[in-house]
Amino acid sequence: MRKHIIKNQKYHWQQSSVRQKIFLFYKKFFSYKIKIALKIKNTLLRIRTCTVGIMSQMHTSPTLECSRAHSFFKKEMLFLALSFAMLMTMTGCQLGSTNGDSDDALIIFNYGDYIDRDTIDMFEEETGIEVKYEQYVTPEDMYTKYQSGGINYDLICTSDYMIEKMILEGEAQEIDTSDMNYLSNIDQKYFDFCQTFDAENQYAVPYFFGTVGILYNTEMVDEEVDSWSILWEEKYKNQIIMENSVRDAFIVPLKWMGYSINTTDQEELLAAQSLLMEQKSLLAAYLVDETRDAMISGDAALSVIYSGDATVAIEENENLAYVIPKEGTNIWFDCWMIPSSATYKEAAEQFIDFMNRPDIAMMNFEYVWYGTPNTAVYDELDEETQEDATIFPSDDIMDQCEVYQYLGEEMDSLYSRLWKELKAY
Amino acid sequence: MVKAKKVAARCYVAMIGFLLYAPLMILIVCSFNDSKTRTVWGGFTLHWYTDLFQNEEVLLAVRTTLVLTTSAALIATVIGTLACIAMSAMGIKMRTVMQSVANIPLLNSEMVTGIAIMLLFVHFMTLGFSSMLIAHVTIGLPYVILNVMPKLQQVDKNLYEAALDLGAHPVYAFVKVVLPEISSGIISGFFFAFTISMDDFVVTYFTKGAGINTISTMLYQQLRRGINPEMYALSTILLFTILILLAVINRLSATRSIEETEY
Amino acid sequence: MFRKILISPYVVWALGFIILPLFMVIGYGMTDADGNFTLENVLAIADSVHYKAFANSILLALGTTIICLVLAYPLAYILSQQKRKGAGFVIMLFILPMWINFLLRILALQMILSNTGIINGILGFFGLPAQHIMYTKGAILIGMVYDYLPFMILPVYNVMCKIDQDVIEAAQDLGATSVITFQKVIVPLSMPGVVSGITMVFIPSISEFVVADILGGSKILLLGNVIEQEFNLANNWNLGSGLSLVLMVFIIISMALMNRNKSEEGDAMLW
Repeated sequence: MRKHIIKNQKYHWQQSSVRQKIFLFYKKFFSYKIKIALKIKNTLLRIRTCTVGIMSQMHTSPTLECSRAHSFFKKEMLFLALSFAMLMTMTGCQLGSTNGDSDDALIIFNYGDYIDRDTIDMFEEETGIEVKYEQYVTPEDMYTKYQSGGINYDLICTSDYMIEKMILEGEAQEIDTSDMNYLSNIDQKYFDFCQTFDAENQYAVPYFFGTVGILYNTEMVDEEVDSWSILWEEKYKNQIIMENSVRDAFIVPLKWMGYSINTTDQEELLAAQSLLMEQKSLLAAYLVDETRDAMISGDAALSVIYSGDATVAIEENENLAYVIPKEGTNIWFDCWMIPSSATYKEAAEQFIDFMNRPDIAMMNFEYVWYGTPNTAVYDELDEETQEDATIFPSDDIMDQCEVYQYLGEEMDSLYSRLWKELKAY
Repeated sequence: MVKAKKVAARCYVAMIGFLLYAPLMILIVCSFNDSKTRTVWGGFTLHWYTDLFQNEEVLLAVRTTLVLTTSAALIATVIGTLACIAMSAMGIKMRTVMQSVANIPLLNSEMVTGIAIMLLFVHFMTLGFSSMLIAHVTIGLPYVILNVMPKLQQVDKNLYEAALDLGAHPVYAFVKVVLPEISSGIISGFFFAFTISMDDFVVTYFTKGAGINTISTMLYQQLRRGINPEMYALSTILLFTILILLAVINRLSATRSIEETEY
Repeated sequence: MFRKILISPYVVWALGFIILPLFMVIGYGMTDADGNFTLENVLAIADSVHYKAFANSILLALGTTIICLVLAYPLAYILSQQKRKGAGFVIMLFILPMWINFLLRILALQMILSNTGIINGILGFFGLPAQHIMYTKGAILIGMVYDYLPFMILPVYNVMCKIDQDVIEAAQDLGATSVITFQKVIVPLSMPGVVSGITMVFIPSISEFVVADILGGSKILLLGNVIEQEFNLANNWNLGSGLSLVLMVFIIISMALMNRNKSEEGDAMLW
């Protein structure tokens, strides 16, 4: 084999010594930059190259190793292209049927991974209604896509302040509850909370709820944690993780100072911002979804976190504890709402009712593990779960909690500016 | 001296390779971890693999991803390569303009590209597979051009013109003379386009129709509640499938090239 | 001319899906919320917050590009010199990691770098003090280099492969040392690939922010963050578009400068 290579190279070399001369010749002429002369010379060159028989070499690349790389690449591409082409024809028809936006299906838009998919299959089976299930990451993503009008969503599950925004913009339809059998399973106290953003409970039916609090590692934090102030303690430098989303981050200083989380007072917000700036040097990081894993692995001692994530984290690491500070916090609600784009309103209402059915609500609760407003589910739970303050906070704590309100575009841009300044600080 | 150099070179290649593969090793380990979180070792298990093959949603997403990315990359490669050929025949000014246009989807943050394309689409077509396909071709195109163009510039024009002088038809001359020279550029362009659309989340999210998922939109949607370890299993399978495929093809082409040298 | 017709599908595509969206961005960027013409959104880059974010983005992107080039160039050279079969296979091995989802790779990288991660585990095993790598600028750089390195390797390798061995041998025959051969022959001839590589690394990395959020703990603000936040959170598409335009113009200018250098050398060398 080796011999062959050497032989080949020699052969190659003899052939190309002429080319080398041409190359040097060519280069020399270029340096003169006499274009006409060059053209004549080029024609001469062409004739010479042909006579030497370079054409015979053209099918292989000038260097040996590259010709190997080429033949490898070429074959591989053919192989991949063929196998994928087969796959494509096989799946082509199937995809065709799931394409686009057809009117005979109920199109649902929900947070990612926020439902037990079996319940959707059951709904389809029982009612014969086809469901197209679409997911998003943040309410803002959802809003942008909804606003574009590309898809006529029939039912959306989203958070409190976004629902209020859509109600204010006339993007919500009143839900007709007259035919609903299981709406009474939802505890009235949750409907009362929802009145913050849906004054007469006409537009939203609660699905899950939760709080924002402090998750801490009991091995790294000796003292009792009961106040937001611990997040400003010098001794936990580089051990604190803050929430990396604007309004959730501002809850902490606002509540600590005793202000409302829905304040529109610029002075209060500026004071909150300067507290956050002061805190920045103590922080390990601003995170959202990664907080949970960082806490489980013991990367940080304290973090601001959603109660749902806290439940998961505590299950994985028993040294972790979740607490809602005494100054109070935010309680959030994710609710079903019917947007004005809905073309299949009746089916959407049927689906909401189906979600409240005890067995279905239980399936979803056991999948999601966030607080459920469904009393039929709550009553069925074992005592330990019922008393788990992470999932179901006690009534006194709930009294301290506030629901977000939509503050209008002006406040959105104020928040956005304050947040940028904090990050650039 | 030469040997020491060779050893050093080999060590260097191995080191970079190791760095690139270290995180993938972690993913492979995670796929056998009997715990829903990445950071806790819950014992060895294979059940993410068995679950994976029962999860129709994931399998459908895998299929959509493969069909979408392959067709997008193929289309982008064809359009991009043709464009490069044409550009190389243009003057330097025209070429610079064209190439700058090609780079625009690269310059914009994905968010901007995604929203702009979505707004354009909703006016004249429903969001579905075809809108995703168009968007993916668009984000893949610059990478094809960036890979093919330098190759094309290296091709000796004289060879092509010599072929023409010898009476070859331009197409024939191109296929026989230029194409073999730029084929590796075309193929790497294809792979880049493929990779880009495989990884893309933002543009896909804004252009996809209801109920369609790719692997990457599925992953991002899971981020809030924790990534399903089935995705690690899926990545592991993908990685090894491609590795084995490459190794087999490599073996085939190696034996072929030995035969070829026997003349 | 026949060859020029071949560009038509691309032109159609570019007009429909590149130029038209671009005009939308320009449209938003040059108007205020009521649709009146203004340059405010573009000039907003002078705002100290945005200016700082822009500087951070440029520095990080430059750092990433330089490190990628320094790492990838020797690698591409070594691989292009491989006399063995299957050089193509080896190069594919360096591209393969990109096929695994970006998010998964970054999360895995996080597990390596974190305080309780693998690097610190190994250091601890040898009794060495733990290093705080996670949530620093260093971590962001590592993440970005990791993510973009293959984008540098492939184009440089492709071009190096095409360098005619005869040219190198000619230089050596003429008495050039290997250092001079490298400087005078290999480096200039590989320039087109390097330019492609730099483009593919620098441009995407300048608008990057996900890596900075996950590995850098989101403590420094990048222009990518600002644009994303304006589009998504503040719903101020005008400002977001305006800042995007600034970024675009900046990149176009820097690329044009680079391309000019290339065409001066490159064309003389190659045609």
